[in-house]
Amino acid sequence: MSRRFRLCVLALGLLAFAALFTAACAELPPFGGDRHPYGDRAVHAALLRHTANTVSAVNFDQRALDTLGEESILFASVLGTVVLLRQTSDEHRTVPKPSPVPDRTRRYGLLALPVTLLIGLYVVAHGQLSPGGGFQGGVVVATAVHLLYIAVDYRALERVRPLGPYEIADAAGEAAYVLTGAGGLLAGAAYLANVLPYGTFNTLSSGGTVPLLNAAVGVEVAAAVVVLLARFLGQALEIEGDEDRGEGKG
Amino acid sequence: MSVLPYLVAGWIFLVGVYGMATSRDLVHAVGCLSVTQSSTYVLLLAVGYRKGGSAPVFSDIEPGSRPVVDPVVQALALTDVVVGATVTALLLALVVQIAKRHGTTDPDALSELKG
Repeated sequence: MSRRFRLCVLALGLLAFAALFTAACAELPPFGGDRHPYGDRAVHAALLRHTANTVSAVNFDQRALDTLGEESILFASVLGTVVLLRQTSDEHRTVPKPSPVPDRTRRYGLLALPVTLLIGLYVVAHGQLSPGGGFQGGVVVATAVHLLYIAVDYRALERVRPLGPYEIADAAGEAAYVLTGAGGLLAGAAYLANVLPYGTFNTLSSGGTVPLLNAAVGVEVAAAVVVLLARFLGQALEIEGDEDRGEGKG
Repeated sequence: MSVLPYLVAGWIFLVGVYGMATSRDLVHAVGCLSVTQSSTYVLLLAVGYRKGGSAPVFSDIEPGSRPVVDPVVQALALTDVVVGATVTALLLALVVQIAKRHGTTDPDALSELKG
């Protein structure tokens, strides 16, 4: 298929989409309108279950099964990346040489590391109260660990990041979510039902199973990002093709 | 223009698809896929917006004291951001392996089969 022909087919598809989408937009409720039946009901249900952050209530209570699916996609794609970025038989590992880091970068990195870590844990722990939760906080925690790589060097990062425990933590986070859901069955309710006491509104222990599921997701996301970045850093810094194969030849 | 935000979402989608279809580098194609994906966030958040609405978080506002935007679409967008990032990582890992095995990341040069 020539490039020109392909562009024509593409233009046809894009124009058809643009026409249909514009027609559909004209029928949508106007932007900023007052009618949000699902939103109103979700807010009502969240407040009944003493969860101040309604977004977390939707994710980890009302649509908890859907989040299990999303989390499994995350788990599966991390697994796929780990499998794809293995060291193959025609590659070997080298030890990356340490390189000097400017003093300012070092100071900033070492200062920012504990603060970032704390913020990440705060965001995970307060997911049921204020904006945040396991997904966002997990990424912040994983970022904190990698400040070591920027501020010191790769070997320092490897020392605080033994990959085995993080891979186990990733699986444990996923398992904790599934098992918390099974707790609902044991209590005689549906799978992933919010069976714990709802607690006092706007306190850390409010929301029933929401903080637990939040923590499980936080552990999984943090471990997943660490494992992902470790694999990419390994490819960039450690794994090299053997001499006879050479760069770029199959 | 009460439909402008929806049209912006559609425009981002079109730009992303155009970039993917005409891409000459797989890394660029993965980037375009992320752009296409982000059009759904814009559409979702536009659908959920309410004029004068505040964030649907009641840790510092009294429930019922003021209108809040739709939390359902925000929850949809938020899970997808993180999941989308890891799927992007998976695709980039595939690109790394393709670059190693075939020595190129130009999709047009990758037509032949290789064992």
